[in-house]
Amino acid sequence: MNKIVLPPEDARPLNWPEGLTRVPYWVFQDQSVYAEEQRKIFQGPNWHYLALEVELAEPGDFLTTHIGDTPVIVTRDTDNEIYAFENRCAHRGALICLENRGKHRKDFSCVYHAWNYDPQGNLTGVAFKDGIKGKGGMPDSFKMEQHGPRKLRIAIVHGLIFGSFSEDVPSIEEYLGEEILNRIERVLGGRKAVVLGRFTQALPNNWKLYMENVKDSYHASILHLFFTTFELNRLSMKGGIIVDESGGHHVSYSAIDPEAAKDVDYAKQQLRSESEYKLADPTLLESFDEYHDGCTLQILSVFPTFVLQQIQNAIAVRQIVPRAVDRTDLNWTYLGFADDTPEQRLTRIKQGNLVGPAGYISMEDGCVGGFVQRGIAGASEDQAVLEMGGAEANSSESRVTEASVRGFWKAYRANMGI
Amino acid sequence: MYGNSLQYITKAQADYARCIDDDRLEEWPSLFHGPCLYKITTASNYRDGLEAGIVFANSRGMLTDRVSALREANIYERQSYRHILGLPSILSEDGAKVKSETPFMVARILQDGDTSIYATGRYFDVYEIVDGAAQLNERTVVCDSSRIDTLLALPL
Ligand code: FES
Ligand SMILES: [Fe+2]
Repeated sequence: MNKIVLPPEDARPLNWPEGLTRVPYWVFQDQSVYAEEQRKIFQGPNWHYLALEVELAEPGDFLTTHIGDTPVIVTRDTDNEIYAFENRCAHRGALICLENRGKHRKDFSCVYHAWNYDPQGNLTGVAFKDGIKGKGGMPDSFKMEQHGPRKLRIAIVHGLIFGSFSEDVPSIEEYLGEEILNRIERVLGGRKAVVLGRFTQALPNNWKLYMENVKDSYHASILHLFFTTFELNRLSMKGGIIVDESGGHHVSYSAIDPEAAKDVDYAKQQLRSESEYKLADPTLLESFDEYHDGCTLQILSVFPTFVLQQIQNAIAVRQIVPRAVDRTDLNWTYLGFADDTPEQRLTRIKQGNLVGPAGYISMEDGCVGGFVQRGIAGASEDQAVLEMGGAEANSSESRVTEASVRGFWKAYRANMGI
Repeated sequence: MYGNSLQYITKAQADYARCIDDDRLEEWPSLFHGPCLYKITTASNYRDGLEAGIVFANSRGMLTDRVSALREANIYERQSYRHILGLPSILSEDGAKVKSETPFMVARILQDGDTSIYATGRYFDVYEIVDGAAQLNERTVVCDSSRIDTLLALPL
């Protein structure tokens, strides 16, 4: 991990085919591409999901996370504001904070030489700064305010904390655009989220293969028997794809047909499956009407690595952290809301069986990324075909399209300058 | 009673491990008796009292569905486990109800022969001792690590 050697600029195989319908396989394989993504995407003018506001409910709460390879500390200070800064000591670069999360933190002290930082990431103390008995110590020219870890810009949207290293990133509202913002609001707006569980799923593939999968509405009802059989998501259902102007953010949604739902309730629909497969305990799929718009599924992604999921009442945020060219961490946080009844809470927890590394749906997504990574070995010169639904990256009512996958590559190439 | 419970639980643990490792998954739900709870979670979620599981089943039907999904519905690479179980500790005994904790290590063997340690952790179990046998009512599988490899297909 983190063994990144930068080859000379011209060693990169930057022969990207015309248009959005081809993706060269080297983009999932090349070490120098990975390194450049770190600079241009993860350090670049993008917003990156850091944490939920509710995870930092009180002053003194803190947690550590990553933006790409870069370790980050996120805090809530006594002024009740959220701050984030690089988890890298300004002295010799050691991690400042080793814990995943904690409370009541007034300062952060590096274990190596005890340089000390406040929760806003300012250097506030240097051990033996003035030496001992007039000998040693820092020169007068050393000013603490000139040293400190890099601070991030912070933006909060409906309880989601985003951070950016870039001074050039537009406001989060501008970055996301109205349609994406509305769709985040639909799931999280005006409610107090509660964390029901969190864990990391280790994926044996490049981070972009997972992002492609998230945006690939074409595969959903083919690969996932659960979706199709139980009509959680069928390509014939009402729904659509939203791709924002940049291409990088998307929403895929499907809805039960309110006309059909009028006389046949949802439980009965589950029996009309085309496959022979039946659940012994169908309460797994019992749901409650949470959003009053008939949408049984809404998968939303924010470029480059954030996903907000509503599958029935299973709500989760997913943070994708690249670890190496062929390794990715997927951080899941399962959510409920403070005003859930016990029955609603249980419904969410049961539906949690659909997602994550053991999820009836997600285990398959976890597999296919590895199948592609292994499948393209030795085929760096070859390329993927993305022609389903045309050649554009536009919103559509059809989900038989790879429009949002093409959108991802549009945004990716804009970021990477290729 | 104490000595006997330990013996009964040890036998139940051995039967459980063999059932999964021998790929007799169809029998796995029948190892649970009475009110059934099977949950896989992580040590940090367990410590923090977070409710959701990576797998959560509160009926035998849900266990049956896990198996039938693996057999009929889900797409994944075939694999097998080898459970190595440590000694059970009795945590409490209340009449026939016995709570225990047992450490485990599970190796995963993939199609290509690759064998690796897949998970380590503890079983927190609730047993009922009936007619000289420990019947499993509840099992909470607490994995030591929060990081789970992409595919958690078989039960732990
Ligand atoms: S590296 Fe942190 S104090 Fe020296
Ligand atoms: Fe999928």
